[in-house]
Amino acid sequence: MALASRDFRALRLDAIGRAFGAVQALREVTLTVERGEFVALLGPSGCGKSTALNCIAGLLALTEGSIWLDDRRIDPLGPEDRGFAMVFQNYALFPHMNVRRNVGFGLVSQRRPKAEIARRVEEALALVRLGPQADNLPGQLSGGQQQRVAIARAIVVEPPLVLMDEPLSNLDAKLRLEMRAEIRRIHNLLGCATIYVTHDQDEALSLADRIVVMRDGAVRQVGPPEELYARPAHPDVADFMGYRNLVRTLVHPAPGGVAVTVAGAELLGTPVAAATNGAAIVAIRPEDLTPSADAPIVAVVASAEYRGRDFAGVARAADGTELYFRAETRVRPGEAIRLGAPAARVLVYAAT
Amino acid sequence: MNSAAPLPETAAPRAVARAAPLRTRLRARGLDGVTLLALPAVLFVLALFVYPFLYGLYLSFAPAKGGALANYARFFSQPFLYDTIATTLLLAVPVTIVNVAAAVPVALRVRLMRHQRLLTTVLVIPITLGTVLVAEGLLTYLGPRGWVNRLLLDFGLSDRPIRLLHNYWGVFLSLVISGFPFTFLLVLSYVTGIDPSLENAAAILGARARARFARILLPLLVPGLAITLALSFVQAFSVFPSAVLVGAPAGATRVIAIAAYQAAFEQYDYSMASAIAMLMAAVQLLIVVALLMLRGLVYRGPAATGKG
Repeated sequence: MALASRDFRALRLDAIGRAFGAVQALREVTLTVERGEFVALLGPSGCGKSTALNCIAGLLALTEGSIWLDDRRIDPLGPEDRGFAMVFQNYALFPHMNVRRNVGFGLVSQRRPKAEIARRVEEALALVRLGPQADNLPGQLSGGQQQRVAIARAIVVEPPLVLMDEPLSNLDAKLRLEMRAEIRRIHNLLGCATIYVTHDQDEALSLADRIVVMRDGAVRQVGPPEELYARPAHPDVADFMGYRNLVRTLVHPAPGGVAVTVAGAELLGTPVAAATNGAAIVAIRPEDLTPSADAPIVAVVASAEYRGRDFAGVARAADGTELYFRAETRVRPGEAIRLGAPAARVLVYAAT
Repeated sequence: MNSAAPLPETAAPRAVARAAPLRTRLRARGLDGVTLLALPAVLFVLALFVYPFLYGLYLSFAPAKGGALANYARFFSQPFLYDTIATTLLLAVPVTIVNVAAAVPVALRVRLMRHQRLLTTVLVIPITLGTVLVAEGLLTYLGPRGWVNRLLLDFGLSDRPIRLLHNYWGVFLSLVISGFPFTFLLVLSYVTGIDPSLENAAAILGARARARFARILLPLLVPGLAITLALSFVQAFSVFPSAVLVGAPAGATRVIAIAAYQAAFEQYDYSMASAIAMLMAAVQLLIVVALLMLRGLVYRGPAATGKG
């Protein structure tokens, strides 16, 4: 019987950690997820995001810390007593059961009356638009349909918390966009909390209310997508949020902010976390680095790719620095250009 | 097509197909130089399996005296002979069930263990020993002065040695010991073929261990278990050495292989021996076919979903 009902206020991770032998896969993760919130755990593979999800689900025991659902401690409970739901990367549909029985599995475990199970399964299937496939086996469905079954199976038990482990990574690009919208639509409709693990920053940005960026088993930054996109707090986070130009350099104060030297030219920048003097790392998105006649950095185009709306190019400066930029008009390899970025979009971090 | 006009569009590809060299056409059917490597194996099977089987079948219908069916008529008229089928089944069926029933929980546990290979090696050692050595071991171990009886007597669990040899139980134990590793290895391969995330998914959806076994693991294992039962049964049904060494070959464990042996090497009636061997094969076939038909009734697809 599910202990947790939908009427909860928050799930709280209190300094949780998990070690595999000598390897610390997760360390000191503290996070509160409110009811109705969509939180994305974002990070490269091996950063501990899936470990964190499995710990919350109860599939992995903690080696440190505790997990609380409101004022009830749930980390000593097994997965079957937490009442959460999970969507797996490989969907983990029961291959010998048809769609209807797959979706009804959780309700049967809760020993609900037959009529109620039938009604709720139909509702869930309608929600994911899978009514006509109800009697098929999972093996007869396409990847996108299997994904919908996995989502229906998770939400039909009306869990307080839905855990998703890279659920879109096995789908093709077009279907991924469709299912992304679908997942958010269902989340809004149900009002439960969702924790979503992904390594795709676009997915995290478009889906989440809050993003938790992880690296080496620890949380690097937590914040709304806009904040992470515009002002990552750490060069690692910037790297992950699409700041492809990361240059080690020196910073010194300048009128109206700081100035940095990039590829032999001086750029005005915005210091993050009091990086105003000394060794620094400069982060600039390719979209913010554009050619113009009076821009400071002189470079030669090494390659350019047509992307429909614009060109994505790589330029090499005289000192060998490679810079990723965007241009609205065609640039050709070998062409000399001048590149620059607005001061607000040149983020300067203290080098550690 | 009854048009008299020439149809160059359709005629041309046909001409090309006819022109393709034999070698290309054979390769399209999967026959090329590599196929020749299968030749020794084919000859081997023909010489050592197909020919003896067909010859035995012929021999069984050519008795020293009487009509073609005289051997079979004699077998089914003498309890001394036809009882051996029941005797053998009475050994082979319980042994098979015990082995499979014991192998499933052990395999489910071993699947999760870190030193799986070590444990598997230990469990598999009895296969390498062979039936005769196991039987020899049992003779000393289970005998009136063996460890088992000594322990029973010393701890006062029994006031006289219990008889575990030269009867049904001797053969039963010997078959369990020599058959278990084989059964276990088969079951382990089926168990590890089940995607562990299925069990995790079931657990998160509220299913406890017992429900996970009954609703997920067992249904996915049944097809594999049917195969395991069939192969283990065939192995147990052809019991011979242990029935002689630790059984009662004249009584409770006079199995069908002993009847065939006696016909061949005590009465020198190869024709009768062949007939018994054919009946033995028929009983095995019957049980195996029945098991495979039952298997056809359940889900037999892959034990994992999703696109890899």
